[in-house]
Amino acid sequence: MKLLRAIAVHPSGRIGGAIITLFLLLALASLFGLTPYDPIAQHFTDRLHAPGAKYPLGTDLFGRDVASRLMGGIRQSFIVAFLSVAIASAFGTLIGLLSAWWGGWRDAVAMRLMDILLAFPAVLLALLIVAVLGPGTMTSVFAIAVIYTPIFSRVARGPALSLKSREFVEAARTFGSSQRFILTRHLLLNLVGTLIVQVTLALAWALLTEAGLSFLGLGTQPPAPSLGLMLSDSRNLMETAPWLMIFPALAVMFGILGFNLVGDALRDIVDPRTRERQA
Amino acid sequence: MTYLAQRLATFPIILFGVSIIVFLAIRLVPGDAITAMLGTEAGLLTDAQRESLAAYFGIDQPMPVQYGHWAWGLLHGDLGLSVTYGKPVLNVILERFPLTLELAVLAMLIAVVVGVPAGVAAATRNGRFSDLIIRILAMLGQSTPNFVLALLMIFVLSVGFGQMPAMGDFVPLTRDPAGNLAQLILPAITLGFAFAASVTRITRSAMLDVLADDYVRTARSKGASGASVVWQHALPNALIPVVTLSGIEFGYLLGGTVIVEQIFALPGLGRLVLDAITQRDYALVEGAVLFIAANFTVLNLLVDLAYAWLDPRIRLGRPL
Repeated sequence: MKLLRAIAVHPSGRIGGAIITLFLLLALASLFGLTPYDPIAQHFTDRLHAPGAKYPLGTDLFGRDVASRLMGGIRQSFIVAFLSVAIASAFGTLIGLLSAWWGGWRDAVAMRLMDILLAFPAVLLALLIVAVLGPGTMTSVFAIAVIYTPIFSRVARGPALSLKSREFVEAARTFGSSQRFILTRHLLLNLVGTLIVQVTLALAWALLTEAGLSFLGLGTQPPAPSLGLMLSDSRNLMETAPWLMIFPALAVMFGILGFNLVGDALRDIVDPRTRERQA
Repeated sequence: MTYLAQRLATFPIILFGVSIIVFLAIRLVPGDAITAMLGTEAGLLTDAQRESLAAYFGIDQPMPVQYGHWAWGLLHGDLGLSVTYGKPVLNVILERFPLTLELAVLAMLIAVVVGVPAGVAAATRNGRFSDLIIRILAMLGQSTPNFVLALLMIFVLSVGFGQMPAMGDFVPLTRDPAGNLAQLILPAITLGFAFAASVTRITRSAMLDVLADDYVRTARSKGASGASVVWQHALPNALIPVVTLSGIEFGYLLGGTVIVEQIFALPGLGRLVLDAITQRDYALVEGAVLFIAANFTVLNLLVDLAYAWLDPRIRLGRPL
């Protein structure tokens, strides 16, 4: 709650927060079928209808309502982004915490494995995973999760290492607190700030990657609505029906912008060093 | 052990790990390798033909033996044969690599030429209107996926100016430098834009840190002019994180030009991987991914070496 209030006070946090809230509402509406039209229903008499009263954002080549498809696309992007980042942050944090806690050979092995995953440029790793698992929504989720797990493990491990040797953790150990208690209460709780910043930035990046993969035809498969696919389909109709490109392009940009803005605000809030600089 | 020695020691381990992942990933693809190689024609094979083919390609051997053969080939520059091109994989990759490299270099040039001055300008005008504008632009730049930017630029060009970007057959740099640049300028701007945004942001924040340092205050109090403090005293130190970021982003570009190459119909390495995936040319996927990942790893090592060279505290293993 305190964090939400801090975001609302921060100028870029407020803008980003508003964007994300709007997108979440659109995604939820689409999830419950509250779109103006069925996003995959084809209205053959209304093909390439310009934006207007009947279709607020126009229709595509098959006479499908762009506004409804846009909402469906946002829903799709958000599902992929949230799922993949949830998986990556859970596994990554766990790996990072445990290797910091255990140290020794287990730490070395885990961190070298993470280094190996980090040795692939992200897009390339995603392509390799798609090549193995075949294109699809779940593949996108898995690919993005695999890419982000090592990043979370590093983000968690660094601070966990320094926390581990701090006095209050030493004290807890001497008092005989259980390992699980120390790990969750003392280490994880102190990492929450850093992790939240990382989660927000990861969400921005996941949205971008999801759109990119589906743009290449390797993510969500047609006829399901997806922002990347809409953009890809708009390419040949750019001059006759620019609304097919403009709206999904804006949706992708603003979705990513929203998370980046909140991520920035959170970084200022969590890191007192930047807070001082702003003042 | 110093940081650098540790970094050099893990380098071969990482390359080994990368090769294992690529090797296993391709063998996890559903269906047997013969079918994957021949496609529908595999259905015409008799069992005996299948077995002899399997023996010929060595895929009747246990996995570790197969890996051994494959890795031995790698060490000798043999990445196998591409089914679609009927040529050694390495040759196909080396034909495509210069274009991707050139794109990445151009994008980095754009990013540094735009990003560093913009970052310095924002830092020296911290909190003022021009700082705000630069920060907003950088934020927008970071939030615009390159393919969205590419589409928007093509749209503005074609609808606003009635022109289409120079596409069609690719002109190599060595044959016609001007024609080549005309073809690559839009893709390079596309890739350089978000990159410039990151450079701007990191230059700004590094400059703010450095400008608050004691030695800068000393230089100021000794009467050094504002410009000389900024450009001669502060900037060289502020550039250290910029070098790191640029190196890493450059590495990402080598593997991340896929979509832009696809949009602008450029025959680079990224599109090679994409086509190889859709055509199920697994030797080519394997070879190209490995090639890019190896480059990326070497580049990251070089970035770390440069970082250590620029910042003696790291080179000598002293606490920061």
